[in-house]
Amino acid sequence: MTGWDVLQDPNTQWVLIGCMLLGMCSGMLGSFAFLRNRSLVGDALAHAALPGVCVMFLLTGAKSIGLFLIGAAVAGLLAIYSIQAITRYTRIKEDTALALTLSVFFGLGIVLLTFIQHSDSGNQSGLDKFLFGQAASLIASDVTAIVVVSGILLAATGLLFKEFKLLAFDPGFGRGLGYPMGLLDGLLMLMLLLTVVIGLQAVGVVLMAAMLIAPAVTARYWTDRLGLMVILSGLFGALSGALGTLFSTQIENLPTGPMIVLAATSFFLFSLLFSPRRGLLSRVIRFLRLRRKVLHEDVLQALYELHEQPHAQLTATSFTAEHLSQKTGKPRRRIQSALRALWRLGLLDGLESDTIRFTADGLVAAHQIVLNQRLWDIYHMNENQYQSAGIDKNLEEITPQLSPDTLAQMMKQLDDYDLTPTLLQKPKPAVSVPYTKKGGFSL
Amino acid sequence: MNSFWIILTGSLVAASCGFLGCFLILRRMAMLGDAISHSVLPGIVLAFLLSESRDTLPMLIGATAIGLITVFIIQTLHASGVKSDAAIGVTFTALFSVGVVLVSMYTDKVDLDLDCVLYGEIAYVPWDTLTFAGMEIGPRAVWGIGSVFLLSLVTVWLFFKQFKICAFDPAMAAAVGIPVMLFHYILMGLVSLTTVASFESVGAILVVAMLVVPSATAYLLTDRLSVMLGVSMLIGVLCSVFGYWLATWLDTSIAGAMTVVAGGLFLLALLFSPKYGVVAKVISQRRLRREIKEI
Repeated sequence: MTGWDVLQDPNTQWVLIGCMLLGMCSGMLGSFAFLRNRSLVGDALAHAALPGVCVMFLLTGAKSIGLFLIGAAVAGLLAIYSIQAITRYTRIKEDTALALTLSVFFGLGIVLLTFIQHSDSGNQSGLDKFLFGQAASLIASDVTAIVVVSGILLAATGLLFKEFKLLAFDPGFGRGLGYPMGLLDGLLMLMLLLTVVIGLQAVGVVLMAAMLIAPAVTARYWTDRLGLMVILSGLFGALSGALGTLFSTQIENLPTGPMIVLAATSFFLFSLLFSPRRGLLSRVIRFLRLRRKVLHEDVLQALYELHEQPHAQLTATSFTAEHLSQKTGKPRRRIQSALRALWRLGLLDGLESDTIRFTADGLVAAHQIVLNQRLWDIYHMNENQYQSAGIDKNLEEITPQLSPDTLAQMMKQLDDYDLTPTLLQKPKPAVSVPYTKKGGFSL
Repeated sequence: MNSFWIILTGSLVAASCGFLGCFLILRRMAMLGDAISHSVLPGIVLAFLLSESRDTLPMLIGATAIGLITVFIIQTLHASGVKSDAAIGVTFTALFSVGVVLVSMYTDKVDLDLDCVLYGEIAYVPWDTLTFAGMEIGPRAVWGIGSVFLLSLVTVWLFFKQFKICAFDPAMAAAVGIPVMLFHYILMGLVSLTTVASFESVGAILVVAMLVVPSATAYLLTDRLSVMLGVSMLIGVLCSVFGYWLATWLDTSIAGAMTVVAGGLFLLALLFSPKYGVVAKVISQRRLRREIKEI
């Protein structure tokens, strides 16, 4: 069967819808869990669901998703309570409590599961599907249950969005506003639990945690806004659900859970590398650009100061790359390449004849850089005088931040220290050199 | 005799896990142990596929490498701004998925099934024996986990002081010139080795139980690291003995039963530990209240 034929099959369509809804729910709720630093609680909940499902089966002997839902929910609540009780009443830290609860509940689940399997009560075979998930085994009633529960979860998330936002970022403030934060936290836990439970058949207990974590982490790479993050996370979850299901129906014997998780992980890896602002690639590019810009500025400043040194005249002596390398303390190779780049920008001249000098534009640019640098020096030397000037130390340029009075005061101090940049007689400090964000100069 | 070998294997697994688990929980890295125990699976499967045998050595090497890679990936993700719990969650689920997919795709070549991955097959340990110079010298699993246990005992014994400082105060350890990262990776390497050696017997998830539960129980019973290590190993042995007994009684998974016993022992310690137990706390609170009243 080719992929298209599979899609035509109504049964597959149901399964696909179920898995996509599941991915959407887990993605959206997972982002709140992620922001609350509760990512691994989902792991504990999922593992804890196993004994709940088994007990339900032992009690009723039936394999119905409704009953399993109840069993898993009760077991999950018990697990959450255990984690909280262990951390509250003993000196055991939360991560240990988490790992402990998770593994003991899962061990209990394994005992019950093997007990059921060994007592051959006929239709037990479905239970081990809960371990790694088998989306193909979803039947219409299961999908209906998934649709109903995820519909409720999505609606609740939409309605309580503002409250959950508070909970994620500043629960203390929320309490101050009179919101019942403890109740909301419990509600969020309950909703996570429901997501885990409906995910059991498709993804399985072992890997359900990934469905809560991976889409949320992925979405975090693309936005800083919670609303968008929740939507993106839901989208990534749904896409992973769809892709994983398709792959696992194509290839024989492949459990669905791992495929969905791998799909979600590929989205994560892609974002980790290529997301525009936080991605590793863009960070490396940004770093290299910054380094280049700093180098260019250093070279310009060094050349300026070399010219300044003897007696403030522009055509004094011939300066070579060697001089600049000594002055900046940077290797000559890098200086050379910076010089070439600055020459291409039309800021320097005389590279071939080893008499490096500024062009008219270059002098203005270098003057601005030196002035900015020295004004910062003055500011740092006399910080207490300028406390009321409202200067943001994180910004790169100081001149645009100064009022005319403060600027005059600083210029006077520069004069006192004999630091006034002298190469350009008419300083135009109000006009700053417009740097482009890409680095380099836009002159 | 079979029971003896099973209990011995279980004890060795539980003791070596419990021993290393103490350091994990003291450094608040219990979930890192969880992550390693899951993510060694692809290493094991790859070693199976490449060496086409069940030899212990390639498996140990492959899986330990993957375990260390896991730790490295988690640290890299964390350093690049992903929250540490999310970094753990993403990494181990992805690697475990790769492992499960590999197992499913090469079922005919890999002598591992998914049930075994999850809860091991300690019951079959006695039949898989090692022959040396024409003599049967006991189950292969016993030798595997035994030598790994010995290795971790010797390593920790040699560098006990360093491990101890790193466990309680990594900043001070760095300040007095101990290579904290090196010891971190040594510990993680030992955890990976132990996990792999235990894997066939108790499966991926119950290794976590053995890493965390006995040591957490010991943590409630004592304040001294050396005592904690001893108690933790002792509890591991108890888990094995009673777990085997419970499993034969109920006819269930031995590894699962060991975990349940470990959970039960932890609950006992939680309630009745002389110093940190809930009962002791309630009693001392009552006494305090009475004393305050008398004043």
